Amino acid sequence: MRLEARDISFKYGKGTRQILNHVTLTVEAGEKVGIMAPSGYGKTTLCKILAGYEKPDQGEVLLDGTPIRAFRGYSPVQMVWQHPELSVNPKRRLRTVTAEGDWSFEDTGERARIEAELGIRDEWKERFPVEVSGGELQRFCIARALGRRTKLLIADEMTTMLDLITQGQIWDFVLKELKRRDIGMIAVSHSPELLEKVCDRVVHLRTMN
Amino acid sequence: MKDTILEVKDLSVTFTQYDRGFSRRTIHAVEKMDLTVKNGEIVAVVGSSGSGKSLLAHAIMGILPYNSEMNGEIWFLGERLTAERVKNLRGHEIVLVPQSVSYLDPLMKIGEQIQNGKKDVSVKEKCLAVLKRYGLSPDIREKYPFQLSGGMTRRVLISTAVMEKPKLVIADEPTPGLHMEAATRVMGHFREMADEGAGVLLITHDLELALLTADRVIVLYGGRVIEETDAAAFQDEKNLKHPYTKALFRSMPKNWEKDGEQLCDTGEILDTMRKEYGR
Repeated sequence: MRLEARDISFKYGKGTRQILNHVTLTVEAGEKVGIMAPSGYGKTTLCKILAGYEKPDQGEVLLDGTPIRAFRGYSPVQMVWQHPELSVNPKRRLRTVTAEGDWSFEDTGERARIEAELGIRDEWKERFPVEVSGGELQRFCIARALGRRTKLLIADEMTTMLDLITQGQIWDFVLKELKRRDIGMIAVSHSPELLEKVCDRVVHLRTMN
Repeated sequence: MKDTILEVKDLSVTFTQYDRGFSRRTIHAVEKMDLTVKNGEIVAVVGSSGSGKSLLAHAIMGILPYNSEMNGEIWFLGERLTAERVKNLRGHEIVLVPQSVSYLDPLMKIGEQIQNGKKDVSVKEKCLAVLKRYGLSPDIREKYPFQLSGGMTRRVLISTAVMEKPKLVIADEPTPGLHMEAATRVMGHFREMADEGAGVLLITHDLELALLTADRVIVLYGGRVIEETDAAAFQDEKNLKHPYTKALFRSMPKNWEKDGEQLCDTGEILDTMRKEYGR
């Protein structure tokens, strides 16, 4: 699925700071694009707009030609956030996190495979979010985002808060899964080394803005 | 000839916690840790959360929590660093660059905090010189902590540390939330302090950052030192001994294999370590 962001401009509320200024980006089906920028350059804001969570002041985001905000039901664009503890319901057990993803009755086997490959252990599923580490929690969030109809993954500093070894294991899995299912990716990071290894191409938000 | 600034011998820190009701349990947070810092040297202590790295810093500074017990010896410039002695040296010869902005007083202007409440002309001049050195404008003295960006706060915290020429600088996770350029600049400031003769103990979870400037690296896991090596050893996995350190090496993005069968292979190392160290 091809994602096209045309001429996106954005500022928050009545704010004076222009966060995004005529940003244009195209991601072809199955392509992996990295976005580099220092903090405060509107990386997360851009991700939220690309995922359809936020409406740009100007410009549009098209998925195979259809505006992303016109999609109803499951969105083929799924986002994984930097802070997993803020993207799950603290009062629900972890098994409900993956269950929120896009799974039909038949592909529970597929879901079990993804959970297993992500190293999610059965005993974690009965725990609450505060009872596991950030790395363990992020694995659940990734499994949730990789539901059956996902076509594009937006990874916003997905492993920034995690230790090195967990970061390597998670990226190793994600790359294999994207390849297997021909899913595209937009990865955002402050680390040029990381993006260079996981993406087909890397763009700088500074030059796009 | 390099002098030994800090020597930690056989350090252990245990905590007593009440579990359920009156049953107590003891947690061995730091066990039998040895390390040395010489002048002109940056020693990085690298470990993930729960490895005991912050406790090490707090043990040296004499600011461990009340429910902890410390065993072992800490030596500073050839003399035992007792609780009494560290109280006098803290903030002068031994300084801590803390990890969080919350170590600044939110209700006190930056200038007063850097000058530590002193108002003499010489201290004021020193403050101006330090601010200049770290690229901060003199106006910052009139501001409050909430008015600063993350990078500026970091530089203010360093400024407070170098007002008195310290012999030992302990930096506890000094760069979180900073982008690469800013973090590299901060690390450069620690290098300068070391080049001027101080010993720097850099405590961090960020191995890549540590390797930018450190001379030696000590890897912690579960409260113990599992490997101690020259930073240069991290250029080749063969130089590293412990399987966990090797896994760290492979996990650094610069060592990942692009478009390979596998990005990096660290096997079951996390499970193995958890079984061996119980955390």
